Amino acid sequence: MSTIKVNALGDTCPIPVVKAKNAIRELDGPGQVEVLVDNEIAVQNLTKMANQKGYGVSSQKMEEQRYCVVMTIGEMGGETKAAAAQGAVTPEGSGMPAQETEQNGGTCAPDARRNIVVVISSDTMGNGDETLGRMLMKGFIFALTQQDLLPSTILFYNGGAKLTCEEALTLEDLRSLEAQGVEILTCGTCLNHYGLTEKLSVGGVTNMYAIVEKMTQAEQVVRP
Amino acid sequence: MSEKIVFCRGGGCTAKLGAGVLSRILERLPKGPEDPRLLIGYDSRDDAAVYQLTEDLAIVQTLDFFPPMVEDPYLFGQIAAANALSDVYAMGGSVKTALNIVCFPETMDLNILGEIMRGGAEKVMEAGGILSGGHSIADSDVKYGLSVTGVVHPAHIYPNNQGRPGDKLILTKKLGVGIVCTANRVQQASKASMEEAVASMTMLNKYASEISRSYEIHACTDVTGFGFLGHLHEMMDGRLSCRIDADRIGVIAGALDYADEFLLTAGGQRNRNFAGPYVKFENVSFAMEEVLFDPQTSGGLLMAVRADQADALLSGLLECGHPASLVGEIIQKNETEIHVRGGIS
Repeated sequence: MSTIKVNALGDTCPIPVVKAKNAIRELDGPGQVEVLVDNEIAVQNLTKMANQKGYGVSSQKMEEQRYCVVMTIGEMGGETKAAAAQGAVTPEGSGMPAQETEQNGGTCAPDARRNIVVVISSDTMGNGDETLGRMLMKGFIFALTQQDLLPSTILFYNGGAKLTCEEALTLEDLRSLEAQGVEILTCGTCLNHYGLTEKLSVGGVTNMYAIVEKMTQAEQVVRP
Repeated sequence: MSEKIVFCRGGGCTAKLGAGVLSRILERLPKGPEDPRLLIGYDSRDDAAVYQLTEDLAIVQTLDFFPPMVEDPYLFGQIAAANALSDVYAMGGSVKTALNIVCFPETMDLNILGEIMRGGAEKVMEAGGILSGGHSIADSDVKYGLSVTGVVHPAHIYPNNQGRPGDKLILTKKLGVGIVCTANRVQQASKASMEEAVASMTMLNKYASEISRSYEIHACTDVTGFGFLGHLHEMMDGRLSCRIDADRIGVIAGALDYADEFLLTAGGQRNRNFAGPYVKFENVSFAMEEVLFDPQTSGGLLMAVRADQADALLSGLLECGHPASLVGEIIQKNETEIHVRGGIS
């Protein structure tokens, strides 16, 4: 499958999208387009386009002001099943063709992410003072956004469910993680229990089966 | 006048900082002693500050400037001025004086600056105000705007957040100027679309504001950088909800097509991040969603008017040539703050 790399560093919206569209036209069939941009909003606008067009899309923060968005275009101009699987976050070394990895040369590989699952079961971090605990948790989630290696999924349950809802101080950081392709999932039973179902503001809702599956399939589970 | 402003790179209200970022800073600013004569300050995130001088007189102060969003400097001057003056009209006030704010590269042709300021001066005159001074800075990029002072009777101020359940919502201009200017930047906007967008941006909100004064307006704001939904969210003030009929909202020709081509601004996406969580869309196309989040430069007034006066106000606006429409109504707060529906009328 051919890959076209697009450098849109220093470009303001809509230029990254325009460049990506030109590259997709150039592909003229199935393939991948990798777009380098320097801001998260551009990542979101590119992701929005890919979703509307039915392309596979994943994104990753490489370093400060350097993000890589990978779009996978299928046979029909849209996303094929195989392309979807490739575009999605996969554990290291699984499923990606060897040539592809070489070609990417580590600069912009969508699968550089290992399957790390972060589990957040409370709105505080550690035991002791509650105010301090809440502050630490906010700090933890901010620090997550700054990691080179982002988790593939963050699971929120019990008191953790409060962190993905309206008015939580962690929302902005969580949205930033989501924009970089991290899956944010909150336990539906927990939201219901706390009366927060209508207030969920980032990510999706999940259930116990999915939580168990995510945790058992993870290469590493991180609990603050 | 065909000299190009080479620095035109996504200007106008698309250049505004996001509301989310801004409110975090504002909340942390030190607050001096409270002065009861400051009727509207930035606590309420309104369009302009209002300070009461006497029993029947308050001054309205506002400041707005931004980088060019069109290549013709004269039109840019007109648009920047119309946009700055608009904040006074959104408060229900009349314009008295205005000061120029200018950033301009030393190496650039000063005739261009002359054209920008000519456009601005003409709009101040049309507003019935006096251009009374200004301040200029040598800068790498062109920016222009005005600091405007107006007056208003303290009893007749239009706040942006005092709407009541039952009020009808009227929007006085079409949406989509941000998307059209963005498409124009990458040479993909039609001439007709761009002309309609420019005509909309240079139109003063003076007339709409004056017409509205014969009616009971509970809340009013001008739709600018935060987009229709961002400003509507501020109008709901956390205590109201509203229903919006997407089909009744006027859209500049071509804007929906350009949105479908993803010629979108960063500002629009920031608005989606900011206001999106409060909005529920039903039968609304992707392109229309984008138009509703699109940052507007010199956008129209969004007014919450007493329900039984809405039709009369709307006819008054239409007669005066405003592409106004009744776009929805305020209801009691429920779990959805802003419910936007398509295909219902």
